[in-house]
Amino acid sequence: MNHIAFIIPAYVLTVAGLVGLLLHSWLAMRAAERAADEMRKR
Amino acid sequence: MHRFANPARFLRIARAVTPWLVLPGLLITAAALYVGLFASPPDYRQGDSVRIMYVHVPAAWLGSGGYLGLAVASLTALVWRHPLANVAGRAIALPGALFTAICLVTGSLWGKPTWGTYWVWDARLTSMLVLLFLYLGYLALSAAESDRPEARGAAILSLVGTLNLPIIKYSVEWWNTLHQGPSITVTKNAIAPEMLLPLLLALAGFTLLFGGIVLMRMRTELATTRVAVRSRRLAEAHA
Repeated sequence: MNHIAFIIPAYVLTVAGLVGLLLHSWLAMRAAERAADEMRKR
Repeated sequence: MHRFANPARFLRIARAVTPWLVLPGLLITAAALYVGLFASPPDYRQGDSVRIMYVHVPAAWLGSGGYLGLAVASLTALVWRHPLANVAGRAIALPGALFTAICLVTGSLWGKPTWGTYWVWDARLTSMLVLLFLYLGYLALSAAESDRPEARGAAILSLVGTLNLPIIKYSVEWWNTLHQGPSITVTKNAIAPEMLLPLLLALAGFTLLFGGIVLMRMRTELATTRVAVRSRRLAEAHA
């Protein structure tokens, strides 16, 4: 059995999930903190 | 612990710590995945499929460890009414669920070439699936309770769910499972050094990234709350 056909999806899924959540969390944090800073300046 | 109850103090610390978790976490994880994919040897019995271990084991560790963190946060919220505890719990739940899902899928992808099947209703696999459902239940309940700060359903669910953690840990000893027993314990290590290195690197990298994600999600919730509170005050002032 060709193990590469199982290894690649495992790594792709892990990296995509990790990077996706990291990016989503970072963008959401940046937007929320920017909104809070602008609100404070009003 | 209550020194950090002040969100402003917590935010100062979190802002300083977040990049020190995320950037080294990315570098260490990238190194671990490279070594795991290209530089470590195949196992003499599992062949190349052993490489899946370098993502599966850290995901399992963070799925279970994250749930323990969630339960500690819930207990802190219920007993001491720590203002950041529920925020921490909600911040942990999504990455915890993601790592548990990654653990289950990568385990299935390892199972097919090794056991000949993607899934069996083995005690370890089933208890990890229950862990995923507990995370999803917590996420659903905490979303339903988001407009009622006094609600405790999600925190109580997470505490009840801790019963599943020893079942996950000891399932391979209590029952005759297809899933292998632990390769590393406090007293023994059955993994060759050239395989242990990428595994430990991945454990460290994933853990740093998990911590960074949790801090970023906590900062997001605190900033969103600040905006909501200030908007309400402004609206009241103009009324």
